Amino acid sequence: MSVEADHPPPRLARRIDGHLALGLAGAEIVCLPSGALWLVADQVLVVADLHLEKGSSYARRGQLLPPYDTRETLGRLEAVTAAMAPRAVILLGDTFHDAGGERRLDADDHARIGALAVGRALVWVTGNHDRAGPRVLPGDVVASLAFGRLRLAHEPEGGHCTGEIAGHLHPCARVTARGGSIRRRCFATDGERIILPAFGALAGGLNVRDPAFAPLLRGRPLALVLGATAVHPVGWSALRGDRP
Amino acid sequence: MMDGAGAFPLLPPPFADWFSERGWRPRDHQLAMVEKGRAGRNVLLIAPTGGGKTLAGFLPSLIELTERPAANTPPGVHTLYISPLKALAVDVERNLMTPIAQMGLTVKAESRTGDTGVSRRQRQRVKPPDILLTTPEQLALFCAWEGARRYFEDLRCVILDEVHAIWPSKRGDLLALDLARLQTFAPGLRRVGLSATVDDPDMIRRWLSPGDEDAVDLVRGAPGAAPVVDVLLSQDRVPWAGHTARHAMPEVYEVIRKARTALIFVNTRFQAEFAFQELWRLNEDSLPIALHHGSLAAEQRRKVEAAMTRGELRAVVCTSTLDLGIDWGDVDLVIQLASPKGAARMVQRIGRANHRLDEPSHALFVPANRFEMLECQAAREAIAENALDSEPERVGALDVLAQHIMGCACSEPFDLVCLYEEVRRAGPYRGLAWEDFEAVVDFVATGGYALRAYDRFARIVKGRDGLWKVRNAEMALRHRMNIGAIVSPAMLSVRVASRRGSAPGRKIGEVEEGYLDVLEPGDTFVFAGRVWRLVGQSGMDVLVTPAPGEDAKMPSWGGSKFALSTFLAGRVRAMMSDAHHWEVLPRDVREWLEIQRDRSAIPARDEMLLETFPRGHRHFLVCYPFEGRLALTTLAMLLTRRLERLGVGPLGFVCNDYALAVWALKPMEDLDFDALFARDMLGDDLEAWLAESALMKASFKACALIAGLIERRSRSERKTGRQVTFSTDLIYDVLRRHQPDHLLLRCARDDAARGLVDVARLGQMLERIEGAILHKRLEHLSPFSVSVILEIGRQTSPGSAGEMILADAAEALIAEAVS
Repeated sequence: MSVEADHPPPRLARRIDGHLALGLAGAEIVCLPSGALWLVADQVLVVADLHLEKGSSYARRGQLLPPYDTRETLGRLEAVTAAMAPRAVILLGDTFHDAGGERRLDADDHARIGALAVGRALVWVTGNHDRAGPRVLPGDVVASLAFGRLRLAHEPEGGHCTGEIAGHLHPCARVTARGGSIRRRCFATDGERIILPAFGALAGGLNVRDPAFAPLLRGRPLALVLGATAVHPVGWSALRGDRP
Repeated sequence: MMDGAGAFPLLPPPFADWFSERGWRPRDHQLAMVEKGRAGRNVLLIAPTGGGKTLAGFLPSLIELTERPAANTPPGVHTLYISPLKALAVDVERNLMTPIAQMGLTVKAESRTGDTGVSRRQRQRVKPPDILLTTPEQLALFCAWEGARRYFEDLRCVILDEVHAIWPSKRGDLLALDLARLQTFAPGLRRVGLSATVDDPDMIRRWLSPGDEDAVDLVRGAPGAAPVVDVLLSQDRVPWAGHTARHAMPEVYEVIRKARTALIFVNTRFQAEFAFQELWRLNEDSLPIALHHGSLAAEQRRKVEAAMTRGELRAVVCTSTLDLGIDWGDVDLVIQLASPKGAARMVQRIGRANHRLDEPSHALFVPANRFEMLECQAAREAIAENALDSEPERVGALDVLAQHIMGCACSEPFDLVCLYEEVRRAGPYRGLAWEDFEAVVDFVATGGYALRAYDRFARIVKGRDGLWKVRNAEMALRHRMNIGAIVSPAMLSVRVASRRGSAPGRKIGEVEEGYLDVLEPGDTFVFAGRVWRLVGQSGMDVLVTPAPGEDAKMPSWGGSKFALSTFLAGRVRAMMSDAHHWEVLPRDVREWLEIQRDRSAIPARDEMLLETFPRGHRHFLVCYPFEGRLALTTLAMLLTRRLERLGVGPLGFVCNDYALAVWALKPMEDLDFDALFARDMLGDDLEAWLAESALMKASFKACALIAGLIERRSRSERKTGRQVTFSTDLIYDVLRRHQPDHLLLRCARDDAARGLVDVARLGQMLERIEGAILHKRLEHLSPFSVSVILEIGRQTSPGSAGEMILADAAEALIAEAVS
């Protein structure tokens, strides 16, 4: 990660009840401890990389991971939806782990996703794991969309940009202190672009110090790390790679 | 010349002649083993090192092979030899070739380990040797091959070497299951266990037996000369705390100078590096002193072993990597730096010196602190009385059973009831309930989930004939790639960085992932006997540059990785409570006990001393259960939860093998200590804490790997350990919320309670101290408490530390922003 001295670190706004608000391209956004993002002006909830049916995707190839990841992830999504009462829920790509995921859904889980679209817009942004979007489930399918100056897509576009909200990379941070070390999911932002953590219960993570993030984040970016009840902003210098 | 056959009627001519020509006579236990072999009995042979134990194990097989009629020679393996170490299997192969050649026998003996080449492996499958020498993992692999039944149907004998070292472990469980399998293939099979001295041979007999313990005869070799064990009474004062024994290094060096060849055992790799460094600092004579531990590159370890075999070394600083293994006749002294923590381990280590039976082995204990002085003295007395610590009865792990069942299905279709009967003929699974067996089979087939989502993805399926078999060849292949019950952490290579920057260069060794977590780039540390500076990482490589002459930052460690054994702890408590016994201790240690008696108290044998005193702005509670670090850490976690509820505001705790200290905002001297230490803490509090702990996640990961939920190796990619860690933690969390009674969670909980947190031992201790807490209110800290108070700052407390780390990091950022 190159450090550009002239590029200021992102400005943090407020921390209320564990939520962390900040400005992105002039719009106010709020990072929630669940890993969801709240667009204040539009009352929109964004979640990325649900990877529903990841368990059954592995199981069909012989690795019998627990079949509970979809209900766990949906439970988390229902909780944050109930708390925020959004006008729209945006699923920012890789909502299913593979193209067959929708067909493998349990009837109950199927109904729960349907219920999410009742009384609000449900938008499926396509991702690399689910290029076609859902076949039967309700909602609008788009490749990307915009709210004012904010642009939402699954994969971040390379290079400089302003106001991009993306997923795909599953950022997570390793922080070392008190002789211990922890690794948690996080938002990664340089104040111009924000990359959302994976929301799915069984989705793994990529360390934000990985070179894959370097072309996307400028200057001294921040990791907004998901704690149990709060989002913790952690400076770049306090972050560690996954190995010494 | 004496007529061999006449002299030893039990031995056929080539054998009797071989002994007589060399002027030897077979030892009594060797003849006893031949007799047992002729009678077709299962045997456990217990003999000290240097007693010709290995030959005793093979003699009956060699005789049988020589006498069997040539015409009906069966093509299969006659005798299978299993060693816990690859190197030992190869070494025994070599040693066995000598008498075979000298007697002119037409017996073929070959080893097969993970390192054996492909062509030799293939030949061994087509044309089996008479005697096959291998490891438990290779045997498990054999048993998972199609055609295993035919391959082993002529098997007559299985020899298990160093059986004391393997039975009380998951590797032992797997081995016991494979033994039961082999017995099904070859019902006439005879089992032979070879063991060093153990306290409770009946336990191993039960483990080894296909039925009850009477089905295994016991043969004991004559005991060798009693070892001579001394405790180093240092000229310098013995330190109050610490684990390095730095104070005694000049004396240790002098002892090495006078010895022919010395093995210096330590308890951790860090201690090994430290001792090696210190000895070379003093090494004015440039004695060839080498280093051997599990983090060094394999080729480097082989080099040290070869130099040792050639007699070129004067000393090797080593960890438990050299507890077992190849005979080195030249070693005349074993030095134990810091307490051995258990008497049985020490007997094993002492046995590494002087493999000649009639000469005593010499050992020197070098205690690192005052409590260890008591410990070493107690260990010395225990060894003199031949009283050793014993293991509890083994109950077979269900994750291992899952792996075994999948292996059976890969080999041939099985009937559920027949397999259940077979499994129950394996010692550790004798008490296995049908319900548990069914649950394991269900896990193997569909993951054991209450939500029956995976019936169509089953790994094993029941055919129309009622037999279970693996779903397809792909499943079998993947299973075979992941066999074994050793779960080792992912290893990173330590490489010298090129001068220009970060490109990886020469490899100097391997470290476990997490080993260097406490270091930052730029920090220096000792590895492979030299000082290095950490540059950074690149993939699976840790990059370093040499930093000669610098003071290395010593990563902190919690003393020994072994916890003080219950047995030795009991002896230490007894010795301490009896003032007459103090005579054997050096003066400074005696004085320390006397001051403790005057300022506070010396507890009676079954009492627990508890001291409270203020220090700084804190209030301290220190107690001395002497139950080992694992049990005390668990106790401390549970005590702090209770103290939290009592409103005294506990701020932290620290433990060692003997004592634990808790400090709090408010005084604790008026608490009801009997209630505080009441046994009911092992109920809900324990479960609540365990479920959240990193220990449980670590143990879940191990179970998931062994049971085959997660693959260690796949054909396409080699996963890095970190990815595995992360995904098993996620799986653990999801499973705990949605199916808390899942089989693997049960396995993980049992393992954690048994191994990592020592719940059983804690329970016994709480029972022992009921109504026997001796409370002393003090104004200042006591001499005893110094040992544990000095640990503060070296250790970090687990628990809700994760959230604290995050909060700290966030605060640091805010401070940076404000300044």
